Amino acid sequence: MEQKCQDCDATMKILDDVVVGEIISCPDCGNEFEVSKIDSNNVTLSPAESVGEDWGE
Amino acid sequence: MLHYHLLNQLEKIGANNMSNRISIIYDRVRWEEKELFSAFEAKNIPFSKYDAKSLVLRSDDSNESIHSSFGSSILQRCISHYRGMLIAHYLESKNCLVVNSSNTSRICGNKFLSTLQFEESDIKTPLTLFSFSDKSAEDSVEELGYPSVLKPIVGSWGRGVVKLNDKDSAKALIEMRYNDDGLFSKIFYIQQHINRPPRDIRTVVVGDEVVGAEYRYSSNDDWRTNFSLGAKVEECPITKDLEEIVLKASKSVGGGILGVDLMESEDGFLVHEINNNVEFKGVSKFTKENIAYKIVDYVDNISKR
Repeated sequence: MEQKCQDCDATMKILDDVVVGEIISCPDCGNEFEVSKIDSNNVTLSPAESVGEDWGE
Repeated sequence: MLHYHLLNQLEKIGANNMSNRISIIYDRVRWEEKELFSAFEAKNIPFSKYDAKSLVLRSDDSNESIHSSFGSSILQRCISHYRGMLIAHYLESKNCLVVNSSNTSRICGNKFLSTLQFEESDIKTPLTLFSFSDKSAEDSVEELGYPSVLKPIVGSWGRGVVKLNDKDSAKALIEMRYNDDGLFSKIFYIQQHINRPPRDIRTVVVGDEVVGAEYRYSSNDDWRTNFSLGAKVEECPITKDLEEIVLKASKSVGGGILGVDLMESEDGFLVHEINNNVEFKGVSKFTKENIAYKIVDYVDNISKR
């Protein structure tokens, strides 16, 4: 599957085993998108949360 | 009564989840979460998945209502420390068993509290000075000498961890932090710099077992050894000594599924951090057994108790 980056319009490849909640990074601009919905072969992406001060392992 | 957001979430993941006794709560699906989902499926253990960002939790929900949606055992895997810890608090208040517990999360997610716990439990850890203003932070660095290490008390992946090499740079970095409007920017955690090989040790603990260990070598252009900063990894043998210290450290914070990080000092192993939401992709290269399977088995076993 492929999707266009919402910011720079680059093509982002999405693997077949993608799951809801997974993060897709644009190879060109580096922006991150979260998979919010998967309908058969159609993947909906939303802007991912930015890294928070309390994020970590 | 469950809020409609929660019901929508349940609908999305299938009505059969209503009767599952195990849930996994996350806020970002990393490699580790995908491995965990696959492990539950491979072992045919029914489980429910919840994105923490979609939850609406009601203060007045009954224990029965919460159990019917989340089950009685929850694997908490939020990348946001406070989000995960507060969700764990909430679920524990509804009589659920959360792995890792809110208390383990509270200690491990805050370096200040972790250090105090290590000292209290007689676990060797680098000397750390705590101070609460720019001036006292400068005094702390003078006392420890150069280099010393300034770390944010909350956060991970080496972010904001700086080596203070001399008085001028220390003063500038302390001033920058002090003038930042971050929640913890006026709390200074300054640690002795340990003379160690250019590596540290990451171990992964599941319950009473050290399931994997790796050396993490700092890259050529960074002194820090975080995997996320490009550290090179190599298998680390799990010796009796290492195992004993790691399990003692794990127990001191309440146990569970943890990443215990150590340094090799001239005086032996020092535990400098325990990760509550451990990433195990790197260590997995060196383990014969699947770590996600180990975690799933652990959660499944405790859910039956």
